[in-house]
Amino acid sequence: MTTDTFEPTIIGFTCNWCSYRAADLAGTARLKYPPNIRLIRLMCSGRLDPTFVFKALSSGADGVMITGCHPGECHYLEQNYKALRRFHLIRRTLKGFGVEPERVKLVWASAAEGAKFASETASFIEEIRSLGPLNWGKSGGGRPTTEDGDSPSSVLRPQSETEEVPA
Amino acid sequence: MTDNAKPKFAMYWAASCGGCEIAVLNIHEKILDVDANFEVVFWPVAMDAKYKDVEAMEDGSILLTLFNGGIRNDENEHIARLLRRKSQLLVAFGSCACEGCIPGLANLSPAGEIVHTAFNTVSTDNPHGIYPRASFDVPEGEITIPKIFPTLRTLDQVVDVDYYMPGCPPESHQIGAVIDLVVKVLHGEAQLPPKGSVIGAGNSTVCDECTRKRNVKSITSFKRIYDVEIDPELCLLEQGIPCNGPATRSGCNARCVSAGAQCIGCYGPAEGVVDYGARLIAAFASVIDSTDPEEIEAILDGIPDPAGQFYRFNLAGSLLKAGKPAWEKG
Repeated sequence: MTTDTFEPTIIGFTCNWCSYRAADLAGTARLKYPPNIRLIRLMCSGRLDPTFVFKALSSGADGVMITGCHPGECHYLEQNYKALRRFHLIRRTLKGFGVEPERVKLVWASAAEGAKFASETASFIEEIRSLGPLNWGKSGGGRPTTEDGDSPSSVLRPQSETEEVPA
Repeated sequence: MTDNAKPKFAMYWAASCGGCEIAVLNIHEKILDVDANFEVVFWPVAMDAKYKDVEAMEDGSILLTLFNGGIRNDENEHIARLLRRKSQLLVAFGSCACEGCIPGLANLSPAGEIVHTAFNTVSTDNPHGIYPRASFDVPEGEITIPKIFPTLRTLDQVVDVDYYMPGCPPESHQIGAVIDLVVKVLHGEAQLPPKGSVIGAGNSTVCDECTRKRNVKSITSFKRIYDVEIDPELCLLEQGIPCNGPATRSGCNARCVSAGAQCIGCYGPAEGVVDYGARLIAAFASVIDSTDPEEIEAILDGIPDPAGQFYRFNLAGSLLKAGKPAWEKG
């Protein structure tokens, strides 16, 4: 699926106190990274409801980057640990859905780490580029027929046959 | 039929197990109220009727249709659209119609694989590898079987739905309460809730109905219910049992939890929950007592099948709706 023309869409969640400022610093320092990431600022990575991740992926994102303050440095004491545990569980759940867990990444970045933010973002975009598009939105995952009721499959066949089973 | 004939009632099963029908019969003598107030015109599991009889009815001539089951094949979809047209009130009845339920778990696999599993695995006695054909010519003409869709859809992903009645199956006392309400409405003694409402269930979570004692939760390992001796008084999640109560809609009187078994989530997402599994992920991850990635991973090994744990009843109705293999090959 990987082509030179595939430009991944990444949704990035940043926390108000560290990683958003890191992104800001990357900007003021004129650091360059690819424009594939759309950042959404939360007050804290602990605010990251896993719903946001599934919503992003089901709305056409190819990957999601969760960022927050380093462990021990959370503005709200320990909410970034909550984000850490949710991240692990989200990844495992995605695996159960047959979605590559690598499509979700967690990065800790302090307000001083603009360079780290830029390089982590760039490397994640490349990782997603090599994974290829998720294609959920384009194929309309879970929505097999068009509204006018196009017939989705012609025949029940065993999987071993070469023809596509559900068209 | 006289002019002042009773209002018409229909019930249908699409991709479902038949448990919802049994639950309706389980309301005992209240079923007589249904008979006294309604004329049952279509209910395949209980009476003989043909699709063409329904097709011949006037649009909107059925007052109330309870539709259970998800939309797995084109027959399901045809009848869903037909009953939508013929019914004034279409109720997604039971977890399958509301959110996909157990048949929706098949959305993790491509349809071809499901057929293959059904007809050609070690547990199937099919020595000649015979598969069903979609159509077959007999002297009387061509006969066909319904075509399977790549994924199962919930009723409201196919047609407009007036009310949702969750549960696998809906509890009989809740069905009874809904029937009481409908009868009152018929007699002008009550009003219907706003369209799109969830009926026959609560607005809170199973935890709210659960009588077990709750303290601060900090989980160091997840356990299977048969691995430990359960404290009969203490919150199950607190004991490390993955209990889906925190995200599940109330309405069942916390039946499983009172019996010492964890909630598996058959009443679907609680009020305001967008994605049932995501809510549970948030809840479970919040109470794990560890800050070390490796230790967290070890604790999470205690939930061997997260997709099944978090989406057992809700996969087709979730944000992702299906696993990648199903939507890619679909």
